[in-house]
Amino acid sequence: MNRNFLESKDFWSGLMLIAIGGGALFIARNYQFGSSLRMGPGYFPTVLGGILVMFGVYFAIAGLRSGAEPLKSTWSLRALIILPLSLVLFGLLIDRAGFVPAMLALIVGSAAASAQFKVVEVALFSVLLTAFCVVVFIWMLGLPYELITGIW
Amino acid sequence: MDLFNNLIFGFSVALSLQNLFYCFVGVLVGTLIGVLPGIGPLGTIAILLPITYSVSPVAAMIMLAGIYYGAQYGGSTSAILVNLPGETSAVVTCIDGYQMAQQGRAGPALAIAAIGSFFAGTVGTLLIALFGPPLADIALKFGAPEYFALMLMGLVAAAVLAEGDMAKSIAMVVMGLLLGIVGTDVNTGAQRFSFGIFELTDGIGFIVVAVGVFAVGEIINNLGDKQERRVLSTKLSSLFPSRQDLRQSWGPILRGTGLGCFFGVLPGTGPAIASFSSYMLEKKLAKDPDRFGKGAIEGVAGPEAANNADAQCKFIPMLTLGLPASGVMALMLGALTIQGIQPGPQVMTQRPELFWGLIASMWIGNLMLVVLNLPLIGLWVKLLQVPYRLLFPAIMAFSAIGIFSVNNSGFEIHLTALFGVLGFMWMRLGFPLAPMLLGFVLGPLMEEYLRRAMLMSGGDPLVFVTRPISAGFIIVTVLILVVMIVPAVRKRRAVIAD
Repeated sequence: MNRNFLESKDFWSGLMLIAIGGGALFIARNYQFGSSLRMGPGYFPTVLGGILVMFGVYFAIAGLRSGAEPLKSTWSLRALIILPLSLVLFGLLIDRAGFVPAMLALIVGSAAASAQFKVVEVALFSVLLTAFCVVVFIWMLGLPYELITGIW
Repeated sequence: MDLFNNLIFGFSVALSLQNLFYCFVGVLVGTLIGVLPGIGPLGTIAILLPITYSVSPVAAMIMLAGIYYGAQYGGSTSAILVNLPGETSAVVTCIDGYQMAQQGRAGPALAIAAIGSFFAGTVGTLLIALFGPPLADIALKFGAPEYFALMLMGLVAAAVLAEGDMAKSIAMVVMGLLLGIVGTDVNTGAQRFSFGIFELTDGIGFIVVAVGVFAVGEIINNLGDKQERRVLSTKLSSLFPSRQDLRQSWGPILRGTGLGCFFGVLPGTGPAIASFSSYMLEKKLAKDPDRFGKGAIEGVAGPEAANNADAQCKFIPMLTLGLPASGVMALMLGALTIQGIQPGPQVMTQRPELFWGLIASMWIGNLMLVVLNLPLIGLWVKLLQVPYRLLFPAIMAFSAIGIFSVNNSGFEIHLTALFGVLGFMWMRLGFPLAPMLLGFVLGPLMEEYLRRAMLMSGGDPLVFVTRPISAGFIIVTVLILVVMIVPAVRKRRAVIAD
């Protein structure tokens, strides 16, 4: 038994697969399974979910026993949180506030995901890039979005 | 002669002003992103897929293909000049290419890389033209069991031959298959994994998965690494390789092309395998292997030819059988489907302009790249100085606009964010992403073929081994699995992976 299994790549890989495969099995339990001759909608998902869980168990055990490969520690929690959030913000703003605010939020937001964030540079860059996208995508390619909802 | 007429027809399609323009845009964008580390052809093609809605299928495929092989050229440029592989295919080129650059021979190294790539590209293009039609003829006779067995073989081969942990690759194929199920079941109309969300009844968008994983996930991953770049300041003296350079290079280029074509048609073998094999072969054949690693031109010529031949030949199974042999080919297949074209052997007969036009454009594009690459090298070097902290927000902006323009759906943007997180997690846990994309693309087709095969045979799974062609695929599949599980082979794979 490996004591540091919480740092093992394989252990977490196993958990991830069990979670996703198990989730699929759980949801698909209500789908009609059918038979090999007439496969119901549940046949494929159940088989695939089962395979994923099997792989998951294999990896989890491998991780518990040896945990040969440790998780790489150099990753950015900041990027993992801020980058997806800036996309979500874009998705919310483009319907409600328009193309320009959504773009500005996305560019500034995603730039903030980097540790090398510089306020003045990003401010300038976001304005330039937004202007560029308005020209190319809205005026030249004719995408039908309001620049600022209700105003333009 | 048929081949000759077909090629002329292809050139007449590819040389139309519109198609030439898209070919040029493709190779230019491809070179650009090939030079820049941190964004690859997968991410770029995914981001640009929505644009292809508005152009003709031929133009769309020509542009996307241009991005793909353009990136190979660009990748070698930054490998030679900065010792930074712009693409994974160029990792091997770094070894001797950068050494040559340090000795003031960057010019000949770049020129030989371009010449080798061009030669390999030409051979690859010819091979597709030669073997495409007969392969498609055979494939037209396939029934549901054959297709299912073929796809099974493709997926298993892709998972097993991919770099990295084999079990993880197979798990990712299954993951992709599962993701492909989301939405309305075509046979029964039942909803699967759609959680009552209207946007999911049509399934998860192909572009959403591709952009989420390959653009967003990749950026999250990159931001965790320390970014640093050193740009070589030495001047490019002469571009032209000496007579001796050429004499030393033509052998490696020929052998590299052969190796590249061989690995190219195998599913799952990335270009790194082809170029690495070519490097090892040249080192073994050389009279004085000591020169390798110290600026041997053979170490640039062979691998560069190999990776480009590999890139071209990947098109053979995709165009003739509808079987994607790599992540990029899965994207191309997706692009075809978006255009309303069912990929498969019938493409060649029903849409000949697509097949032959694309092939001819690849040769034209390779020619453009040679002409384009060498004079513009100064510009590419400048590009490398664009800091990543400005590059990635721009990628995010283009990704978001691209996805939103498909269905005007904010939900799909949010789903992309989710796939970004998933992609990052998979990358960090060491799961390869390309097998997932293959599974995702092939999943719905495989389920359909499996169902049809079962109906045909009355539920008897033996149908896959009693029909000769399908039995052949199954035997190959089993052989691949057996060979790879033998420990000796696995050990060697680990060495190659390092």
